[in-house]
Amino acid sequence: MLMRCGPGCHCPSPSPSNLIPKRVTSKESCQATDGKHRQSQKMIHSLFLINCSGDIFLEKHWKSVVSQSVCDYFFEAQEKAIDVENVPPVISTPHHYLISIYRDKIFFVSVIQTEVPPLFVIEFLHRVADTFQDYFGECSETAIKDNVVIVYELLEEMLDNGFPLATESNILKELIKPPTILRSVVNSITGSSNVGDTLPTGQLSNIPWRRAGVKYTNNEAYFDVIEEIDAIIDKSGSTVFAEIQGVIDSCIKLSGMPDLSLSFMNPRLLDDVSFHPCIRFKRWESERVLSFIPPDGNFRLISYRVSSQNLVAIPVYVKHMISFKENSSSGRFDVTIGPKQNMGKTVEGVVMTVHMPKAVLNMNLTATQGSYTFDPVTKVLTWDVGKITPQKLPNLKGIVNLQSGAPKPEENPSLNIQFKIQQLAISGLKVNRLDMYGEKYKPFKGVKYITKAGKFQVRT
Amino acid sequence: MLESSKDSAKLDAMKRIVGMIAKGKNASELFPAVVKNVASKNIEIKKLVYVYLMRYAEEQQDLALLSISTFQRALKDPNQLIRASALRVLSSIRVPIIVPIMMLAIKEASSDLSPYVRKNAAHAIQKLYSLDPEQKEMLIEVIEKLLKDRSTLVAGSVVMAFEEVCPDRIDLIHKNYRKLCNLLVDVEEWGQVVIIHMLTRYARTQFVSPWKTDDDVVEEYNENNFYESDGEQKEKDRNVKKTYTMDPDHRLLLRNTKPLLQSRNAAVVMAVAQLYWHLAPKSEAGIVSKSLVRLLRSNREVQYIVLQNIATMSIQRKGMFEPYLKSFYVRSTDPTMIKTLKLEILTNLANEANISTLLREFQTYVKSQDKQFAAATIQAIGRCATNITEVTDTCLNGLVCLLSNRDETVVAESVVVIKKLLQTQPAHHGEIIKHMAKLLDNITVPVARASILWLIGEYCERVPKIAPDVLRKTAKSFTNEDDLVKLQILNLGAKLYLTNSKQTKLLTQYVLNLGKYDQSYDIRDRTRFIRQLIVPNEKSGALSKYAKKIFLAQKPAPLLESPFKDRDHFQLGTLSHTLNSRATGYLELSDWPDVAPDPAVRNVEVAESAKEWTAILGKTKKEKPTEKFYSESEEEEDESASTGATESESGSESEKEDKEEGSSDESSGSSSSSEESSDSESDSKESTAKKTSGAVKESNAEESKKKAKGISKNRNTSSSSDTESSSSEGSSSDSKSVSDSRSDSDSGKSGSATSSKVTTQVFVPTKTHEMLHRMTGKGLSAHYHFSRQPDMFGDHMVPVQVTVTNTTDQKIENIHIGEKKLPLGMRIHEFNPIECLEPGGSVTVSMGIDFCDSTQTASFQLCTKDDHFNVNIQPPVGELLLPVTMSEKDFKKEQGMLTGMNETSATIAVAPQNSTSLVIIEKVVKAANLGVVPSGQDNIHRFAAKTVHSGSLMLVTVELKESSTAQLIINTEKTVIGSVLLRELKPVLSQG
Repeated sequence: MLMRCGPGCHCPSPSPSNLIPKRVTSKESCQATDGKHRQSQKMIHSLFLINCSGDIFLEKHWKSVVSQSVCDYFFEAQEKAIDVENVPPVISTPHHYLISIYRDKIFFVSVIQTEVPPLFVIEFLHRVADTFQDYFGECSETAIKDNVVIVYELLEEMLDNGFPLATESNILKELIKPPTILRSVVNSITGSSNVGDTLPTGQLSNIPWRRAGVKYTNNEAYFDVIEEIDAIIDKSGSTVFAEIQGVIDSCIKLSGMPDLSLSFMNPRLLDDVSFHPCIRFKRWESERVLSFIPPDGNFRLISYRVSSQNLVAIPVYVKHMISFKENSSSGRFDVTIGPKQNMGKTVEGVVMTVHMPKAVLNMNLTATQGSYTFDPVTKVLTWDVGKITPQKLPNLKGIVNLQSGAPKPEENPSLNIQFKIQQLAISGLKVNRLDMYGEKYKPFKGVKYITKAGKFQVRT
Repeated sequence: MLESSKDSAKLDAMKRIVGMIAKGKNASELFPAVVKNVASKNIEIKKLVYVYLMRYAEEQQDLALLSISTFQRALKDPNQLIRASALRVLSSIRVPIIVPIMMLAIKEASSDLSPYVRKNAAHAIQKLYSLDPEQKEMLIEVIEKLLKDRSTLVAGSVVMAFEEVCPDRIDLIHKNYRKLCNLLVDVEEWGQVVIIHMLTRYARTQFVSPWKTDDDVVEEYNENNFYESDGEQKEKDRNVKKTYTMDPDHRLLLRNTKPLLQSRNAAVVMAVAQLYWHLAPKSEAGIVSKSLVRLLRSNREVQYIVLQNIATMSIQRKGMFEPYLKSFYVRSTDPTMIKTLKLEILTNLANEANISTLLREFQTYVKSQDKQFAAATIQAIGRCATNITEVTDTCLNGLVCLLSNRDETVVAESVVVIKKLLQTQPAHHGEIIKHMAKLLDNITVPVARASILWLIGEYCERVPKIAPDVLRKTAKSFTNEDDLVKLQILNLGAKLYLTNSKQTKLLTQYVLNLGKYDQSYDIRDRTRFIRQLIVPNEKSGALSKYAKKIFLAQKPAPLLESPFKDRDHFQLGTLSHTLNSRATGYLELSDWPDVAPDPAVRNVEVAESAKEWTAILGKTKKEKPTEKFYSESEEEEDESASTGATESESGSESEKEDKEEGSSDESSGSSSSSEESSDSESDSKESTAKKTSGAVKESNAEESKKKAKGISKNRNTSSSSDTESSSSEGSSSDSKSVSDSRSDSDSGKSGSATSSKVTTQVFVPTKTHEMLHRMTGKGLSAHYHFSRQPDMFGDHMVPVQVTVTNTTDQKIENIHIGEKKLPLGMRIHEFNPIECLEPGGSVTVSMGIDFCDSTQTASFQLCTKDDHFNVNIQPPVGELLLPVTMSEKDFKKEQGMLTGMNETSATIAVAPQNSTSLVIIEKVVKAANLGVVPSGQDNIHRFAAKTVHSGSLMLVTVELKESSTAQLIINTEKTVIGSVLLRELKPVLSQG
């Protein structure tokens, strides 16, 4: 009876709550016993930015200060996870919860004290990273360190008492001007500042994404329809799963308060759509027209998924022959990529990356086109093919050297393919027309289509 | 440098200090020098000083006080940005001494003109509360006030404060519930998340479960009810099915959150998804799956959370995600945690139809280089095999093949899973057991070895030849085995001893001896226990007789379950759900109430549900002398000096109504209601007096607009300042809502006192239509008129008041609606049957008709006890509308979208007496139920409404031109109604 479910009784894998480390640092515990800040500490308490080598290079507290030692729990989890990708986004510590994201080689670790929807925090942290990207052109440690004051001012505006205040980049840019070389020169001469002194109009109106009084000499509106094919192709070349995901990125430089409406030739293709807040949902529901007052500058208008009933045309095929010989320390590798159903357009920017098995020591290959690299540390093979010409198909072939003595890898690696096709939306989506109301001038309009490979994987 | 007179030097210094703070270095000794600069003119320096103050004020409380006066001054600054940021900093300085100052500042800011400042006030509430929880009561007052705010900017923040300070005061939400639902789409995204979560909790306490109609959980429970026979139970179920109708407010919430699924913000989508999961009828919850699947395209972290939630959902309702099965296919590039979650979901979704595809997919996964994931896949296969009996054999064979895999973890995992599978159906798997016994030599993973040994022991009778041999082998290696394996060797020995003692007696003895001197006390214990039990000696008691039964009893098969099985008691999308443990501050989602609390508490002002209406009808109020009603309305006229014309109109109208209804004491709807609300009036007058004498502080346009809108919703205000007439006309209301309407209407008045632009005019048309003539009705006559009260019978109904008069000299009994002949889609909310109508008496009842935005006639039978008459109600197009209040700007915006096809216009001649704006407004509003849009120009009048059924906007513009002509423009999506309305409005303006 003692062996009810036998020896192999297999407990479910430990849930994250079991990961709570036992040790409590002294500083941490006195933080929490501090009577004044009892339970009511909602939302984001503090933010730590940590680089890959584990240095905390920026901290910001919106309420009382949380000591850096709280990050020890994070480091512990990071160690356990081996790979940065596998660090759990939510970590529970005795007194706090850590919610983190990993972006551009930086961990954004936020400290939470009470129940909060985790996605709320994650989404906000990504928004912070986006803002940095927007302001400094890159979201890197050096950029943040160089602009620490602006970063601080931004964080101060974005979050009040842990609750998001202004996250629209248009508003932020009015409150805190992004750094440019010209401005810093001007500022040092005139002594004027980067900080706006009036409340941005957007903050008050119903359209917080647009600032008032925009003026351009050239009024332009560009739309990029970018579609990505997600696919899994199996060994034999048949499609296991394929789907088209698209976005429309816009660059709108129009004066005043233009009211745009964008219509499609075939709106039925769009199955599931998510909108920028500027889009009037009702109009879309009733007429399938995108009607909106656009934000100024670059933004993502919609992202959509093409309904799954439509068959997805896969623009490339891959012929592959990867084999490892039993009991010998070598294997063969032979891959050819060719175009297929590309609607008369050329496939370009083709790159193939392969995570080779651990046993692979080195690869000796020849490429008929493009160049390849193999990193013996990460075991990643990258082949930059470039453009595919149907007359002469690119091929990569050669010998794989394996660790001697190691068993032969059981599974062949999957090939990840990237490519790009200009002037084509693979789903066939077409913009019909763009109309503008509310302003008198005639804008210059442009639409560009691109098809890309998304998560495009060939199993071998 | 901070002492420097130059701003640039100061700025430089401040920047360095902020840099230090950012790095986590201590900069507190600079406090005195920094604080001095708080009054700096340079806004950037100021901001940086603020940053510094917030960081260190707590540590240097005395010095921090120096800065307070600066903030107090800044709170009065004309620039709203400065007011707001002063409030922010002031409230962020965690110094207990200034609590009273903060309280005062918050109170003042909560009635600030700028919504931005009010938003900051809402934030400050939370800060103050965490600093000094004793202020709770006062803060709740402020929250209550801010909850009434109509600005979308404030809504999110104040709900946040509500959640923090007083999440249990659900009563504060009642009045604002509908407003919050309606505003939701326009609130900024972070606010949306908070509001949706709050409303989810709210709805769980206020509405009855929509799931009763579904047949899972509830019915299961019913089946266990043993004292009622099955038949009865089913009957009962069916009854429940029939009677359940969703509360319109519940529906409102679901409808208004649905568009948010399209949000770009993952948190919003998730919030809506959990709302649908927890609140929507099961048939509707499916719409969220598409959006959730979309989120799987975003970052790793978002994927992780969303997949977790999908995993929980997919256990309970497979159907929701089945169509998206392929979206959960694993890519080799996914991080392991994502892979395992996807696998989990795939396993949950497995069924007879898709299992073969899934297993093929799993085969690929098993070969994955990620061994942890491969092991998880094997477990998943095991789970599929137990859940779907058709494939058990296939799975088992597949797993056996895996036993020859090179990787140890894979083999070990397979062994464990096979063991579990065999246990569920041990029928005829001797072969597999033999195969596994052979493997024992090669496998080193203890769990797997132990599993094999256990299997052999358990089914030793099936493999009589091999079992003793295995025991022999393991006995040899006993000392080198893991504890887990040792225990199983002992078990195996014991079992064999019992079944096949001839061959194994000595071996078992040997093993037991080894175990006796083992290092682990567990094993020594077990050895002793087994020896006593199985080896017969003189001392062994009764138990050894049963040894065989004890050891070889039928063991129930283990259940292979999802690790997400027990997560569903946490609200989806919460931190607690992600961690699968209660996070601090987690608020439990309550169960549905058995009986919904009174829905009337959500009624704002006079809006009323039909039930109460009839209830009031039932209680005839004879005591109230009618004179009082008149006197009241006269007083009212005195008071509202500015608008004589319209005022008298409404007065005379009610008189007329009274006459029609006859002087009898029968409770006529309108008179009883006006009596009721005349009470409220006198109260409201008092407070008005107070209000006017006091300073009218919050008279900004925003505020008054909001109030005006609130009133217009509830119908007829004749003009800005006679709000009372609205409440006197207003349908009856219970005392609670009256008291509320009072406070609202007087602030509305105070608003209009300063800015008379924002007014809404709505009329109750005096015109009654004949429904049944006295002659055709054999002495029963009926008239109807449109009462223009929204929210009476649900959103799509046009309310109609029917006055039935008995002109015979006998009682007429049981007047009710009989057979209905309605065009498609049209619905009627019947009035409650009139039991008895005295000779000469008359009764007014109200009913609702959903005309589906068409002017088609609704025909039905009006029945008495012994007769029935066919009657018709045809609505004038103007009655198919509900007035809407909007600003001129919004109007123009909406109009801009409704051009082209959606616009109809006509030029008309206007009679000279109609050219003043008051008259035009009056006439138009009388002809159609339109809301007045404040207009900047004298010659343009704008009216807005929406259609009752579909809620499409109807925008009417009257532009007066020279030479007494006017341009009449109607913009609407419903072009048919638009053109009919145009036709009807034309004569109204052209005739005198």
